[in-house]
Amino acid sequence: MKRRDSLKALSLTGFGLAVGPTEAAVPAPPDVKPLKIPGGRQKFEAERDAKLMAEKFFTPHELQTVTVLSDIIIPADERSGSASQAGVPAFIEFMMKDQPRNQTPMRGGIRWLDNTCTKRYGKPFVQCTKAQQIDMVEQIAYPALAKPDMTQGASFFTLMRNLTASGFFTSQIGIKDLGYVGNTPNQWNGVPDDVLKQYGLAYEERELNPGK
Amino acid sequence: MDPFQIQKPPTQFDVAIVGSGAGGGMAAYTLAKAGAKVVLLEAGGYYDPADPKYITQLKWPWESPRRGAGTTRAFGDFDAAWGGWDIEGEPYTTAKGTEFHWFRSRMLGGRTNHWGRISLRFGPDDFRRRSMTGVGQDWPIGYDDLKPFYDRVDRLIGVFGSVENFPNEPDGIFLPAPKPRLHELMIRKGARSIGIPVIPSRLSMLTKPINDERGSCFYCAQCGRGCQAYADFSSSSVLVKPAMKTGNVTLINGAMVREVITDPATGLCTGVSYVDTQTLQEVTIKAKSVVLAASAGETARLLLNSKSSRFPTGLANSSGVVGKYINDSTGASRSAFVPALMDRKRYNEDGVGGMHVFTPWWLDNKKLDFPRGYHIEYWGGMGMPAYGFGWGVEALNGMIAARDGSKKPGGGYGAGLKDDYRRFYGAYVGMAGRGEPVPLESNYCEIDPNVVDKYGIPVLRFNYKWSDYEVKQAKHMQDTFEEIIHSMGGIALGEKPGAENSYGLEAPGKIIHEVGTSRMGNDPKTSALNKFQQAHDVKNLFVVDAAAFPSQGDKNVTWTILASSMRTSEYLIDQVKKKNI
Ligand SMILES: Cc1cc2nc3c(=O)[nH]c(=O)nc-3n(C[C@H](O)[C@H](O)[C@H](O)COP(=O)(O)OP(=O)(O)OC[C@H]3O[C@@H](n4cnc5c(N)ncnc54)[C@H](O)[C@@H]3O)c2cc1C
Ligand code: SF4
Repeated sequence: MKRRDSLKALSLTGFGLAVGPTEAAVPAPPDVKPLKIPGGRQKFEAERDAKLMAEKFFTPHELQTVTVLSDIIIPADERSGSASQAGVPAFIEFMMKDQPRNQTPMRGGIRWLDNTCTKRYGKPFVQCTKAQQIDMVEQIAYPALAKPDMTQGASFFTLMRNLTASGFFTSQIGIKDLGYVGNTPNQWNGVPDDVLKQYGLAYEERELNPGK
Repeated sequence: MDPFQIQKPPTQFDVAIVGSGAGGGMAAYTLAKAGAKVVLLEAGGYYDPADPKYITQLKWPWESPRRGAGTTRAFGDFDAAWGGWDIEGEPYTTAKGTEFHWFRSRMLGGRTNHWGRISLRFGPDDFRRRSMTGVGQDWPIGYDDLKPFYDRVDRLIGVFGSVENFPNEPDGIFLPAPKPRLHELMIRKGARSIGIPVIPSRLSMLTKPINDERGSCFYCAQCGRGCQAYADFSSSSVLVKPAMKTGNVTLINGAMVREVITDPATGLCTGVSYVDTQTLQEVTIKAKSVVLAASAGETARLLLNSKSSRFPTGLANSSGVVGKYINDSTGASRSAFVPALMDRKRYNEDGVGGMHVFTPWWLDNKKLDFPRGYHIEYWGGMGMPAYGFGWGVEALNGMIAARDGSKKPGGGYGAGLKDDYRRFYGAYVGMAGRGEPVPLESNYCEIDPNVVDKYGIPVLRFNYKWSDYEVKQAKHMQDTFEEIIHSMGGIALGEKPGAENSYGLEAPGKIIHEVGTSRMGNDPKTSALNKFQQAHDVKNLFVVDAAAFPSQGDKNVTWTILASSMRTSEYLIDQVKKKNI
């Protein structure tokens, strides 16, 4: 990697501005804590992120529901941990604030789930037994098969499934599970021979011997 | 602070260049190397992909709280674009019943920091489509005029590819092309079996070092984030920085040019006025020549806003064509699942930041019901997961048997679902057509009479509708995509787009190749610029972005912007030497 060159870049301050008379009349802006801008972020993004991080969207009950659901969707198995172990609930919480169009389907979906569980089992979802929770999930986990009184629940569960998968497989645990081995300096010399053989494919002569 | 205080920097420059993207970067480089004193005015901030302040390359998805989602950056949280379809305080409008999306990057290097780096030359036919088909417009120059400049751009910047002798797809001076990835080999085999060519792509990344200033590619697939090794082309790293090393370039960031200033007596430009985006001060810069490279839309806006008693319809616009004939590439796409790619062996196949193969336009429009062609871009493989991973699995996993052969309905949960994600990883492919539209006078941008941006500068209003030509082309793309998908044993995903949604034809602007808003031509009555991209009306005013292009080509435009900017810059130097300007 090359050393960065320092460059002469002019900005208007270089022109030596005098302070105009109107400036004194404007009250000084309120003191704000200087925000450290992380590398690769624009200032407005860093400010926005900091603001969102400081806000809370889910109630404790909602967060608990999201946690239970995400672990039903992606449980721990012999290869890797569960969704909640990979930090999925916190990711979903952030996405609610980052893309507020998700908020009503999510909050309303949790309410729908609790209403339906109360009707069926006399308790909100998280207080149901494991067997009841699975019985409920079975009704909404297969959108094409959902009964007419379950379709809204199926839409909600699809949203939960998608967010859970995205959150899990973009976490450290999930990427290791998936076996993605890139994002590191590499030499690309083509598809490994055994893989070529497996698929009955071959490179062309000119690809094997470039320049000939 | 008095916002109306006019600052006058002491110097008069030889040339003022507006914008530091492909066109402006090349002009700054060419002019500064020739010894001209250049001021480069860039509305956006300073950017260097090797400065930790800006680096996003090699970051992991979990380093973004939104896991790379495109909430504040259209192409994802790590993308090297400051700006996008919407910029706070810088609106644009569209006329009722029409649509246009305008992607702008406000940063040193403009949109070349995160472009796809597909670096294609236009072919001989692309300069004479009207003669060939009766619709559209010929260029006042031909391939032979640009060929020497394409050659020099290839050598200066670096592009990989392969010599193919393919009709109307001129070969360049190529670095070695990276070998196709697994899915690309499958696409190639399938497509070729049905008579569709697939050849190595042509992208501007250094698969071999070309000089001491830039490193070579280490295959991270992230050119869109900007390369710390400067191994990919961006105007900021590859043109502006070397230009500044000459000592002849004064770069002013945060300079939003508002108007080109002319002398009412001579009708020549004397410089430009800009708004400092930080202080909102108005500043005037004096220069002997002005070169516009603010991007096709913005250049038209500047010309139209530079009205004076001598130029009442805007500068360089006695023909009235400024703003007219705006045209963007067409686009349509389809993705697919390839069962044969399930349960793949894992290895690092990141490759370069883009496709390793593509399909150039291979058919004869005389035998088709639409007059222009398209090329096809491909994607797929075991990429780094990001926000959106696994989305929509419920539409797919019901079709695929589990490891034990059992089938379950689409959707689901639990250990079986978790295993599906693993099994499906790397088994998706996608393809997109990028086509040439017919430029029409009825597609235009103009100054909105009612709206200004936060700097007080009147904004553009777009009037753009696709014609039947483009819709029919999109239909052809969709049929072709399905044939290719089936030829490789894939399952096309989603409904096939049909007439009801114009065959998935993307809205105008979405492909981000807009050209044509101050087109060149031999007749000053029907063009704004002559064949050297010099204004017919103002001889010390030049345009070096795609505003000058009468048409689009079935190729992406940027390599042609670079070649023609180099050509125009050398013409400017020549004219100064001859004392013509
Ligand atoms: C995601 C993406 C992918 C792309 N992929 C490809 C590809 O693969 N191949 C290809 O050929 N093309 C591609 N393009 C298009 C390519 O980026 C553009 O064609 C090219 O950057 C245009 O160069 P330009 O110099 O005209 O404008 P830009 O690169 O847009 O630069 C214009 C510069 O001018 C500045 N500016 C604007 N207005 C003013 C003003 N009033 N005063 C001062 N400065 C101003 C802007 O801030 C900007 O920096 C892609 C674009 C995008 C966004
Ligand atoms: S793929 Fe190569 S050129 Fe592109 S960013 Fe990575 S190392 Fe740089």
